[in-house]
Amino acid sequence: MKYYTTQISEKGNIAIDDTILVKDVPTTAGSRILEGFKPLFSAEAVTRLENKGYGISGKTNVGEFGLDLCGEFSYYSEKEAELYGAAAQLVADGDVHGALGVDMNGSPRRAAALSKVCFLKPTYGTVSRYGIVSCAASGEQLGVYAKNVNAVSEIMAVIAGHDEKDGTSLKNESYDYATDAPVSGKSVCIVKELLEKADEETRAKIVAFAEKLRAQGVKVDEISVDFFDIANTAWQILMTAETCNNVSRYDGVKYGFRAKEYRNIDELYINTRTEGFNFLTKAVILYGSDVLSKNRYDDCYGKSLKVRRVISEKFKELTEKYDAVLTPVCSKTAYEAYDIHEAFEKVFKESVFTAVANLIGTPALVSGGVQLLGKHFGESTLLSLAGAVERMGE
Amino acid sequence: MNYEIVIGLETHVELDTQSKIFCSCGGHSSPKEPNDCVCPACSGMPGMLPVMNKHVVELAVTAGLMLNCEISRYTTFDKKNYYYPDLPCAYQITQLNHPICTNGCVSLQTSQGNRDIRIKQIHMEEDAGKLVHEGKHSYVDFNRTSVPLIEIVTQPDFHSAEEVLLYLNKLKSMFRSGGISECEEGAMRCDVNISVRPEGSEEFGVRTEIKNMSSFDAIERAIRYESQRHMDALEFGTEELVQETRRFDDVSGKTFAMRNKETEADYRYFPDANIMPIIIDDEWLEQIKATKPVAVDEKADAYREAGISEKEIEMLIHNNKLSKLLDDVIALGCGAKDAATWILTDCAGVLRKDGKSLSNLSINAEKLAAIIKLVDSGSINRNAGKKILIAVVEKDVDPVTYCKENGLDRKVDASAIESIIDKVINENPRALEDYKNGKEKAKQALFGACMKELKGAGNPAVIKELLESKLNNA
Repeated sequence: MKYYTTQISEKGNIAIDDTILVKDVPTTAGSRILEGFKPLFSAEAVTRLENKGYGISGKTNVGEFGLDLCGEFSYYSEKEAELYGAAAQLVADGDVHGALGVDMNGSPRRAAALSKVCFLKPTYGTVSRYGIVSCAASGEQLGVYAKNVNAVSEIMAVIAGHDEKDGTSLKNESYDYATDAPVSGKSVCIVKELLEKADEETRAKIVAFAEKLRAQGVKVDEISVDFFDIANTAWQILMTAETCNNVSRYDGVKYGFRAKEYRNIDELYINTRTEGFNFLTKAVILYGSDVLSKNRYDDCYGKSLKVRRVISEKFKELTEKYDAVLTPVCSKTAYEAYDIHEAFEKVFKESVFTAVANLIGTPALVSGGVQLLGKHFGESTLLSLAGAVERMGE
Repeated sequence: MNYEIVIGLETHVELDTQSKIFCSCGGHSSPKEPNDCVCPACSGMPGMLPVMNKHVVELAVTAGLMLNCEISRYTTFDKKNYYYPDLPCAYQITQLNHPICTNGCVSLQTSQGNRDIRIKQIHMEEDAGKLVHEGKHSYVDFNRTSVPLIEIVTQPDFHSAEEVLLYLNKLKSMFRSGGISECEEGAMRCDVNISVRPEGSEEFGVRTEIKNMSSFDAIERAIRYESQRHMDALEFGTEELVQETRRFDDVSGKTFAMRNKETEADYRYFPDANIMPIIIDDEWLEQIKATKPVAVDEKADAYREAGISEKEIEMLIHNNKLSKLLDDVIALGCGAKDAATWILTDCAGVLRKDGKSLSNLSINAEKLAAIIKLVDSGSINRNAGKKILIAVVEKDVDPVTYCKENGLDRKVDASAIESIIDKVINENPRALEDYKNGKEKAKQALFGACMKELKGAGNPAVIKELLESKLNNA
């Protein structure tokens, strides 16, 4: 972590992922292309925390633009703990009270699951996106890492609510983040197709979590749901297209990194971006440009927008029957180091657990290494279910 | 063979808003120095999100209403991707799928009679910045980035440069009178799509597009050159026409093909997720309609009926401020024709003395009406009225008070007039003698001398009467 204050706040200190702006503190989103960039303002969520007396302890390393599994491919990587996610690890170690991260393709959720802490990706539009290094505007959300659901709830209550600086921010001033709503009589489903994609240890975690829910009077069914794969494909198409577009502003003209060698404007662009982006970002840019190109648009981007609407309806039906969907977050309980050239495919595959929440803007809570998905504004239900399990102890 | 020219226009107009389209930076006319008017949003820094300027929507709708368009109740923005240093985000926010206005129509009075030009659509978008080249270096100025534009796209309904110019002048006067844009130099830019076909043919010829012209003169010359080039190619086979984008060179008066690289880009349009769809409900639409100024044509007709001259109408309808002042003065009970002369001749005269023009005029309608009424009622003469006008324009004085304090009022004391007349007669015994000998001219001279002494004050009819009786009794 790059500390910028050592002051301990009574309310607690919060670490900020490097995809979120803090005024005058270098913000790079883990990419060389933003090397030396110092923002002129802080993200709205950061300002709200500071106004309530929280200390901002520093910036935590992320994988370039949050595109990787859990922070392994940062240009500024400090090699240790990279496969757990820097912010999640700090929370797990008790170094900070909580942390903020941007969930664009599941990276903070996976980091939280591996480090055994909580992460809430809230409903789209409830937390201002003002001041995040935006990549996939239609599905990214600023969320909270904390050790337990009560701390998540407490921090969420501070950062959520309308912000006029974000055109996608919803009008409500506050939302329900109660962690102690009664859970007895609630119903939860486990998705068979997702369970099959996880290893034995992960499956065992789901089973154990389900048992604890049942002990609290929650009905748990294992059912078959067929749309997670298609939801993932649709989100990867939208996400890569939007990211390709949003990172195109990093061209070496205005700020951040600029290649040393160039003879004209085309070379300035090409050399800067060739040297400034890592292989995974380049793959995303290529994929994103392809799905937006004239002759592919209707079959790829256009179709994904339609899929988004269909899945939204289907997910709504599912969450009318069940209060939450219980799924794995990662296919395994620990990732081995791997080569960046495999990253695009690997992340695509792993995102099958996380993508639906980004695609349709529903909340997702990671707790105890598993994930609960709920309907829009259903955060309190998810927090209360996880809270009931949390209070039972190991 | 006879040929028919077919032209379609895309016209970009900078809107006169207080701020840019997606941030709170000052709009179109505020900046002085390069990059004076720039914030993290319009310079493409990460973290900033576009927030829609409602006034832009209202002006675009007003333009649509003036051009008889259907107003979309649901309108969205898209991103257009291309790299250029004057485009800080490397994409332009524009409207592709759901433009704000569609299917309009504007009619032109051409030398061949009335002609209707169909408007395909009007959409909102942001402008790009500017590059400044100095020696080996290029500098970027972002003052203009994100200044709001509307683009008005016509169907290929024009058949001559004359029609195009009539249309552009009409747009200009409409937008000025509607407070949409002053359409100053460079604030109105045109892309011209042009093709030529044998007269009577149904099929369109090969189309070329001449990009980004901002002077009407250049547009006219470009159309004349380009249509001739097409006709020569068809008639004499001078060259093979290809569909392409061209630019007009002002010096040579010719058009040149642009590099393919600049024209064949795939802009990879897609919806902008940062800007929620804009819903224009009945209530909002009615509000916009209520504030929409009367259409230019209707206004011109009304002025014509009130007896205002064509030349004056031309000056008024192109200037929303002046026509509003006139309307206000008329509403305060002054005659339209007279009021127009006061504004366009007298006020202009006062300003001209200081090297200013009518666009600098700022006069309270009530004060101007008060001056006009003083003159109309015969309380003061027109020259005195002008003196008061100068004082009002320069020092913003109260006209009635100023008139009294400076003795411009004709209602001076009868005894004062009498003593002046006595004085004049005593000082001019020769004139008295002449009058008695039957010279009418002598009376005129004495009257003039009285008026001079009175400095224009007093009612001339009364003075004349008094003078006559005195002369006859002398």
